[in-house]
Amino acid sequence: MSDNTQSEDSVTSLPWPEQYRALANQSKSPLLKAFYESGCASPDTPLSEVPMVAIDFETTGLDANQNSIVSIGLVPFTLDGIQLCKARHWIVRPKLPLHQTSITIHGITHSDIDKAPDLEEILEDLFACLSGRVPVVHYRNIERSFLDVALKWRLGEGIRFPVLDTMAIEAHLHPNRQPTLWQRFLGKSPVSIRLADSRLRYGLPHYAAHNALIDAIATAELLQAQVLHHFSRETPVGDLWL
Amino acid sequence: MQAELIDIRNHMAQHPPFDEMTEELLDKVVGGIEVVYFKAGTQILEFGDQNIWLYYVRSGAVEIYRRSGELYNRISEGGIFGQFGLLMHKKVRFPAKALEDTLIYKIPDEIFQYLWENDEDFADFVEIEDRSRLRSALSRREKSNELMTSKVIRLVSREPISAPCTVRLQEAARIMTDNGVSALLLMDEGGEKPLLKGIITDRDLRTRALSEALPSETPISDIMSEGLITIPSSMFIFEAMLTMLHNNVHHLPVMDRDEVRGVVALSDIVKYESQSSLYLVSNIYHQQDVKGLKKISRDVRDSFVRMVNEDANSHMIGSAMAGIGRSFTQRLLELGEEKLGPPPVPYCFMALGSMARDEQLVVTDQDNAMILDDSFVPEQHDEYFLALAKFVSDGLAECGYTYCTGDIMATNQKWRQPLRVWKDYFADWIDNPKAQALLNSNIFFDLDGIYGQTEFAEQLKTLVADKASNSQRFLSLLARNALNRTPPIGFFRTFVLEEDGKQQKTFNLKRRGTAPLSDLIRVHALACGSRAQNSFERLKAIGNTKLLLDDDLGNLRDALEFISIVRIRHQALAIEAGREPDNNVRPEDLSPFERSHLKDAFQVVSNAQKFLRFRYNAQATRNV
Repeated sequence: MSDNTQSEDSVTSLPWPEQYRALANQSKSPLLKAFYESGCASPDTPLSEVPMVAIDFETTGLDANQNSIVSIGLVPFTLDGIQLCKARHWIVRPKLPLHQTSITIHGITHSDIDKAPDLEEILEDLFACLSGRVPVVHYRNIERSFLDVALKWRLGEGIRFPVLDTMAIEAHLHPNRQPTLWQRFLGKSPVSIRLADSRLRYGLPHYAAHNALIDAIATAELLQAQVLHHFSRETPVGDLWL
Repeated sequence: MQAELIDIRNHMAQHPPFDEMTEELLDKVVGGIEVVYFKAGTQILEFGDQNIWLYYVRSGAVEIYRRSGELYNRISEGGIFGQFGLLMHKKVRFPAKALEDTLIYKIPDEIFQYLWENDEDFADFVEIEDRSRLRSALSRREKSNELMTSKVIRLVSREPISAPCTVRLQEAARIMTDNGVSALLLMDEGGEKPLLKGIITDRDLRTRALSEALPSETPISDIMSEGLITIPSSMFIFEAMLTMLHNNVHHLPVMDRDEVRGVVALSDIVKYESQSSLYLVSNIYHQQDVKGLKKISRDVRDSFVRMVNEDANSHMIGSAMAGIGRSFTQRLLELGEEKLGPPPVPYCFMALGSMARDEQLVVTDQDNAMILDDSFVPEQHDEYFLALAKFVSDGLAECGYTYCTGDIMATNQKWRQPLRVWKDYFADWIDNPKAQALLNSNIFFDLDGIYGQTEFAEQLKTLVADKASNSQRFLSLLARNALNRTPPIGFFRTFVLEEDGKQQKTFNLKRRGTAPLSDLIRVHALACGSRAQNSFERLKAIGNTKLLLDDDLGNLRDALEFISIVRIRHQALAIEAGREPDNNVRPEDLSPFERSHLKDAFQVVSNAQKFLRFRYNAQATRNV
């Protein structure tokens, strides 16, 4: 047990491409093994050459250990284009009861859920989209931790991968988001790094609908805008992933 | 297409050519999109590059350039570009650059080709767009601004060529040939210093001398044009253009007081600005049939949008559009006479309403009438004039000037009458006014002779100017009618909205803005015996009589200009977005600046109506 922890710690300290190789050896699940074997871009790859996939989960709450995934939206993309023809959206049956308040946000109803498959049934499709691509999310603590917990339940082991987090990038760009009392007195309002508010700063349009796919597309657009405004096509992916 | 992409589909479904597309086709389009973001200032397409995408602007704005670097078009939200290259060898023909931060939906060439082959409307749209964009590619933005800021004297490149008006025909022709000019000024040299007396042009020599086989020793004064329209050298080129448009003349002597500085020809202005409205006008006169006229009538809207984008004021735009409308009418009359033979008795073709006022825009129907010579005998002559009127009216309808719903057209026998009958009509309207009848004949009090014996129309203007100011009852009823339509402003300066045909809450900028204004300005103008027809000219005439205070006049002028220009911009935006222009504006489509100033302008209209009611005792007549 302690050995295992030891080896996990040493694995997690490796750079991502080596970590993927190590995890591919350790993994018992064929799905995860194949995912890690598809590899990870080297950290010095310019962003313009990195295949990415924007992902968004809608969940029944914020805590991965208490709540479940309700729907998954994803779209593969590069800096040159977000490919809607490869966009996917799934509704999955949550393990835990659907909390009333989240229904109103996602527009997903109990009858949608009743017909939905369990996450396990779509894992193969999901990994086909993730393999060989760097995931992009807005707020990594949702997508990464929910997927990790969900896989532990279903496959007996979790998952690790680097992410480009558009919210973390906004947080980095706006370190002093809360104005001081004096600034507030002068009329300065706090800077919001929520997805919709961040998009406004780049002249990106408002999307009326809220579903995991539109939010994934919105996240991909935001990353394109962030890179062009604050970094460059040549910026190494290793500078930005977390 | 994934159902979750509905947001993207809904956006495209609001913009042509996707708005008319079947759901099935549109789903196919959305499913194939690649989305990409461009930062402001980034080059999107470089000339000559391979391009396999149609570009749809989801947000932001893009500028399209010619190869030479000249700006060619500006595409905003919902617009498309890149189709020209897709139709032509997949090479970029027009470089594109992001003007603002821009989100683009790229539609792959396979889908573009599929739409082009399977959706006729789509094919029409991308092809016609190309044609109109090519046309606008010729516009010289900077030079056209110069048109409004440069003085006409800049176009005068040589001393005027003149001769005494006593010379003979052959001598005059020789002077013109030797000097290589298309117009010769003829001077009266009887006095202390020579005075401009007349002009003779190439065209005059052909139509008045050669075709009549006049002897070469005919005195030139027999065939020269007199009563010349001249312009001061301080006039802007644009104003010279409007003068030509309005009077259908192709040469204007340029004067410094009573000294001639030179002659400006239509060709000088066309050379200066190849896409000006004058160019369109000269093109109108080159058309040999209705089909040709119909074809170039598609350019009218481009011409309109261009003037709006060049920041022309409402008077310029209204005059230019009226000038274009007049030219279509005049050319149709010429073609009609060619077809039917010369008229059996002299006649005057008369424009009514907005064309007569020089306040025409692009959404307009035809209002016209014919004044025939008093020697007119219906049994012998009316067949000819009915046929001519019908030819013109049908031709105008072909060119986009829809038939008048009130049947105020020369095809209606009632409005195709000899001068004496017309005089009786006007005398009756003014001497025995009835509210309802006056409402219907309102439009006849804006009249202008545009072809033939235009002096017939002048006689009617004189009659109206003389009689109207003396008939209190007429003015009172006219004022009462002018109060029927109130500005859309309620308590606390809120807009009063109506539901338009599309179930949207709007107000109508014509019915509740410019029309009540021109109505009330007409009443005052008739009361001061003015012969002016244009609302701005009428305000000037009213100013000379002190009927209104200078402040009130200034306010009325500003209100008219502001409401007109908002209306004009609203229509230009619709045309640019590929929608049918109308007069219904939603308050949320206006900028805060426009909203606030519109409210001020409507308040001016409202106050002016109160004064009108008081001044002409218009309310009291309601009980009479």
